Amino acid sequence: MKILVQTEAFDLGTEVAAMSSGRTDIGAIASFVGLARDMNESSGVAAMTLEHYPGMTEKALAQLVDDAHARWTLQDVTVIHRIGRLVPGDPIVLVAVASRHRGEAFAACEFIMDFLKTQAPFWKKEETPDGERWVEPRASDNAAAARWKRA
Amino acid sequence: MTLRILYFARLRERFGLAEETLAFDGATAADLVALLQARGGVWAEELAEGRAFRVAVNQDIIALDTALPDHAEVAIFPPVTGG
Repeated sequence: MKILVQTEAFDLGTEVAAMSSGRTDIGAIASFVGLARDMNESSGVAAMTLEHYPGMTEKALAQLVDDAHARWTLQDVTVIHRIGRLVPGDPIVLVAVASRHRGEAFAACEFIMDFLKTQAPFWKKEETPDGERWVEPRASDNAAAARWKRA
Repeated sequence: MTLRILYFARLRERFGLAEETLAFDGATAADLVALLQARGGVWAEELAEGRAFRVAVNQDIIALDTALPDHAEVAIFPPVTGG
């Protein structure tokens, strides 16, 4: 398991290669990369700044990864989330999941992202033509996390 | 008891405060929120009933009826928007 909160950029290829390096038991690696967009809520976004709660962030991300391990048989998980000022096109977040078969890797990758969006203490502030604004949570993000709740 | 209280994101900006240490003689997170609301102004506004904010104790999100331990690190922040 690798969990990093950092200002520096990351490289998907490097991270995926590191997961599978030296082992031949992995059958699937599913990954997600989130990027900073130039548009949100119908206005242009020139840049965004990501703030977080040091300490709790790492704890919350580790808990999400533990929850994914409890639910699926996974071989490795990498989560990297950037903080600080980012411009459109910059990568923000990476989740990569290794497992024996694709189904578990796809599902666990989406599960971790859905809960990261609603549980991990990060906040985005956008720079728009009308000034700075804090991003509001989306109802669709809560719905995405809620669908993983077992009946 | 003594609490260390942290504020993040929009709440930190509106309160003009990132952190404070508070002597507290209540019991639960709800008691603490009531004490902060009583400061009036932006405190009453942002922590009013129906406003969306989260409370974490020792870095875990908790419900408002949770009892606070002495020397707890309490954080109050808006709903998260990372990813």
